[in-house]
Amino acid sequence: MPARIPYEYKYLRAKKSFPHVWCPGCGIGIVMGSIIRAVDAMQWDLDDIVMVSGIGCTSRMPVYVDFNTLHTTHGRSLAFGTGVKMANPRLNVMSVMGDGDALAIGGNHIIHAARRNVDITVIIVNNNNYGMTGGQFSPTTPIGAKTATTPYGMIEPEFDVCKLLEGAGAVFVARGTVYHVTELDNLIIKAFRKKGFSVVEVLSPCPTNFGRANRLGGPVEMMKLLKENTVNTTQVKKLNQKDLEGKVVRGIFVDRNIPSYDERYEALCEKAGKMAEEGK
Amino acid sequence: MSVPWGETRLVQGNEAVAYGALAAGIGFFAGYPITPSTEIAEVLARYMPIMGKKWIQMEDEIASISALIGARIAGCKSMTATSGPGFSLMQEGFGYACMTEVPLVLVNVMRGGPSTGLPTQVSQGDVMQARWGTHGDHPVIALAPAGVKECFELTIRAFNLSEIFRTPVILLPDEILGHMRERMTFPEEEEVEVVEMPVPDVPVEWYEHYHDSANNVSPMATFGSGYRFHVTGLMHDAQGFPTRKKEEVNAKMARLKQKITRRLKELEDVRMHNMEDCSVVVFAYGSVYRSALAAQAILKKRKKKIGIFRPVTLWPFPDRTVKENLDSKDVIIVPELNQGQMIHEVERMTKDTVRVIPLHRVDGYEITPEQIVDAVMEVI
Repeated sequence: MPARIPYEYKYLRAKKSFPHVWCPGCGIGIVMGSIIRAVDAMQWDLDDIVMVSGIGCTSRMPVYVDFNTLHTTHGRSLAFGTGVKMANPRLNVMSVMGDGDALAIGGNHIIHAARRNVDITVIIVNNNNYGMTGGQFSPTTPIGAKTATTPYGMIEPEFDVCKLLEGAGAVFVARGTVYHVTELDNLIIKAFRKKGFSVVEVLSPCPTNFGRANRLGGPVEMMKLLKENTVNTTQVKKLNQKDLEGKVVRGIFVDRNIPSYDERYEALCEKAGKMAEEGK
Repeated sequence: MSVPWGETRLVQGNEAVAYGALAAGIGFFAGYPITPSTEIAEVLARYMPIMGKKWIQMEDEIASISALIGARIAGCKSMTATSGPGFSLMQEGFGYACMTEVPLVLVNVMRGGPSTGLPTQVSQGDVMQARWGTHGDHPVIALAPAGVKECFELTIRAFNLSEIFRTPVILLPDEILGHMRERMTFPEEEEVEVVEMPVPDVPVEWYEHYHDSANNVSPMATFGSGYRFHVTGLMHDAQGFPTRKKEEVNAKMARLKQKITRRLKELEDVRMHNMEDCSVVVFAYGSVYRSALAAQAILKKRKKKIGIFRPVTLWPFPDRTVKENLDSKDVIIVPELNQGQMIHEVERMTKDTVRVIPLHRVDGYEITPEQIVDAVMEVI
């Protein structure tokens, strides 16, 4: 037992909203820990932090953290978040979402939020299936995988979350896992520091549904898979094509500077104001 | 710049809605282009950036109303404008706003349906959707203007009611009103009453986002104001945290209903013309009300008397006033640009002895005064 209460606890709504809904062995709590440590590193005032989410296991996170929290409808968290950020650009807005929430029902919203470069940090917890409804396939379920709605195996190709959002215009795109926690803390800090639409995809196990359906073992075995099946961007350079087969790459894929939507909107207001003064 | 205070000029209905929003202190607009509402977004796109207010065209109508809710929780008065198909998509967010008690104004310039229907033509096909379109039990306030000046005035009233009752309000003009132009005189700025929702003044640790105050509506804090709170579309307790406890669920549902039903007087807005000593009454709202007025004038020349009953606030329906004024009549004619929607409400509030006669039109054209005259002549 730790001798003192970890500092992360002061960010939790400990009295009100626990116990949490997540299953034993779920990775979402680890992501929440990383987010809290990153927030602590940023030294943000809690009053200025907004956490938005949609629907699903990951989207339950806002209720547990003591920020301004907005638990919205399925897939819409970035649309709500866009409104929050525009109404009060001073706020630090983050969105937490699962793979189904972000890429299926929220697919349209996420590509447009990325294209606009709205200044929101998005954390996508990818557990390869819909956990809350009992393990149906999602846009990130790998080909061949079994889920409650793919009893004969998945036939649809999966999204590469990071490539999709790079293409859509995100200024910071990274991937981590809940096994590599210190790395994840740092990725989230960097995403928070980035002005504009920043994304961290976090690979996370769902032992209850996806793990059981695909006989991947319990929480420990699934954690080991994250360790064994991923390589970081430095390791990639040293490995040949054959060794890379079946491996998922962790690290930062995009880090670029483009004016954010609120910066552009502010400039637009100035321009419009001047034009109006000049009577155009 | 912005609202032409005190001026008299030719104004389009949609333009008047946009000016009404500016007059009411709109801080955020999000929308998606759709006929016949688009001019509202266009006028605001021109003025709002000049005034430093936020305007955005979202990727669809679901995103638009979602952004509206986010913006209001972060402190900006918000409005969107759409029409039938977009109104359908917005039902999700509308329900969320009802549940989380977020004020906003949703303008639905009604066009012919179902589905894509008649994009450029008039209808009143969405009045029941306005009431029951989103799932679950929920309160609704909906207002129906009947002229360009009313488009301006009722947009302001819609904003004010949304702030007073802490709930989304629907404005239901139709394609005719949205696109027609009329001469109107704008009021002076100081003549317009603008209501702001009260903000909490309790210590932060005492704050309850859904406190059950005397009138069932509690002051709403905004994100960034120092009051940290949780908002969810799940059933929640007074603080806003999810709950399944039956007493808390019942309390929430009762309060949502009561905040409207206990203050019907403030919401009711009914216009009546020549209701005394007439046995036939035309019940009409929106642009059809204009045809009813014209029909009344034609009939007057023929020495025939009819009364006109017009609800301006469609929802909540003016149950008592309808009963008090229409129950004693012989015939009520209900002309509507649909296959019969509000007629059910009229029938519900009148005795079996009153003949309630429908007059429908769903081909995308207006109900003419002559059609109403003919309907009256058959029964008078």
